[in-house]
Amino acid sequence: MPESLSFGIDPITAHAWNKDRTKLAISPNSPEVHIYHFQRGEWKLEEVLKEHDLKVTGIDWAPNTNRIVTCSADRNAYVWTQSEEKKWKPTLVLLRINRAATCVRWSPLENKFAVGSGARLISVCYFEKENDWWVSKHIKKPIRSTVTCLDWHPNDVLLAAGSTDFKVRVFSAYIKEIEERPVSTSWGSKMPLGLMMAEFSNSTNGAGGWVHSVNFSSSGDRIAWVGHDSSISVADASKGMAVSVIRTDFLPFLACLWVSENRLIAAGHGCCPMLFEVNETGKVHFAGKLDASLKKETSGVSAMKKFQSLDRQARTETNDTSLGTLHQNAITSVCLHTGNKANATKFSTAGVDGLLAIWDFNNLESAMRGLKFN
Amino acid sequence: MALNNSLLGWRRLVIDVYNDYNYYLDLAVPPGGPTTLVFFTNKPRKRNIEALKTVLRNAPISSRNQMVKDAALNVVMQVLLSMKSSQIEEAVNALDRDHLDILMKYIYRGFETPSEGSSGQLLAWHEKVHAVAGVGCIVRVLTDKKRV
Repeated sequence: MPESLSFGIDPITAHAWNKDRTKLAISPNSPEVHIYHFQRGEWKLEEVLKEHDLKVTGIDWAPNTNRIVTCSADRNAYVWTQSEEKKWKPTLVLLRINRAATCVRWSPLENKFAVGSGARLISVCYFEKENDWWVSKHIKKPIRSTVTCLDWHPNDVLLAAGSTDFKVRVFSAYIKEIEERPVSTSWGSKMPLGLMMAEFSNSTNGAGGWVHSVNFSSSGDRIAWVGHDSSISVADASKGMAVSVIRTDFLPFLACLWVSENRLIAAGHGCCPMLFEVNETGKVHFAGKLDASLKKETSGVSAMKKFQSLDRQARTETNDTSLGTLHQNAITSVCLHTGNKANATKFSTAGVDGLLAIWDFNNLESAMRGLKFN
Repeated sequence: MALNNSLLGWRRLVIDVYNDYNYYLDLAVPPGGPTTLVFFTNKPRKRNIEALKTVLRNAPISSRNQMVKDAALNVVMQVLLSMKSSQIEEAVNALDRDHLDILMKYIYRGFETPSEGSSGQLLAWHEKVHAVAGVGCIVRVLTDKKRV
């Protein structure tokens, strides 16, 4: 049974964990960010961060420097640092965008972060010590529509962005003021800021849906994305940008996450996390549902229930309106909990039903017979 | 009149004209679609499935010529409505995923212009295709920019 925490009835639009997973930052579909602390066996609300004017669309918590960045539909982003009194203090970041920000991600070394926005550009922000403020640089070309999702390559320079123009692009976000020249990777060798290293269309024949989530694998060679046409795709730079797509039978996914070099989790409107595997030839295939064990086992309808439903709802059948999965509504985000992208043992999902669930692969392995997790 | 009608001129604007649907299509459109469409009338049992496969394979998805698309739709409707209910399942199992997606698009287009008894037959098709291809197939009908 995955551990589940309920945060009320509001949808959870974004969530992020601190380094040792004792604190959790969530946004309940409002301009506020709630910080919860795990104390004495239960989650307590520690602080409410109220600085944004409009809905918070993205939260990311930098594990090592312990800073939180939040971005919102009010076109702003704040970097929150914890003061000595353990209170979170915000610092405004001038993104210079004229549309809502949609997603935010700290880079792996936490010296910069990237914000996607509806202004058809990505703001890469870094801290300038001389003036003591956060400066943003824009990546504009050739993005033609809202950027919906971002993910950083492990080398701290490359950035993958999915957009509503049905494309996934890999850009260089190299900021010469704060870092050394990057070494060449399988994506390319020259990486000036804003150069598009690769572009993938969400569908082979030019159609397809919005890209909801994009994720680099732990080595950085592979990139996975999910689109609104219920497809999941994996591109491999080490195999000449070969792309493998499957158009699934499920409802569209909203989030995807690599849990090992060959396995990834995708979750979304189907309310159930699904496992996908990439084989040696680079082809993706469906490996299993991770929520199959929760179907409520009612062996025969009890007489009490039957008369109760007849009395209350005037019907003799007693099929529930609740889903057979843990989440009762779409899953909006998936985060790593324990482990890293090369070898994850736990991950968390948060959804529109206000539920945050932590899934443990060790428990799931015993529940799913016939599937080997190595 | 108190109302300044000149400021309401925007209400007569047809916004769809300015929406460039081909904005995101980077591929060159292959010329035309099927120019000759063979009409199947008295088909023996096995040829039905072959006919369905042929029309789905040659579906003019990339074509921008609405008349070509309408003509293709008529042919597909003829094939779908002439097949017996017992044959539907067999036909659906003979198709691959891409063709099932195209078939589902035609089913929904067929719903748009109902004729005598067509919707019932199309519902039977819909049920069988859904059983094989799941909800994903229906989602792709809705999200695919290339309409059939």
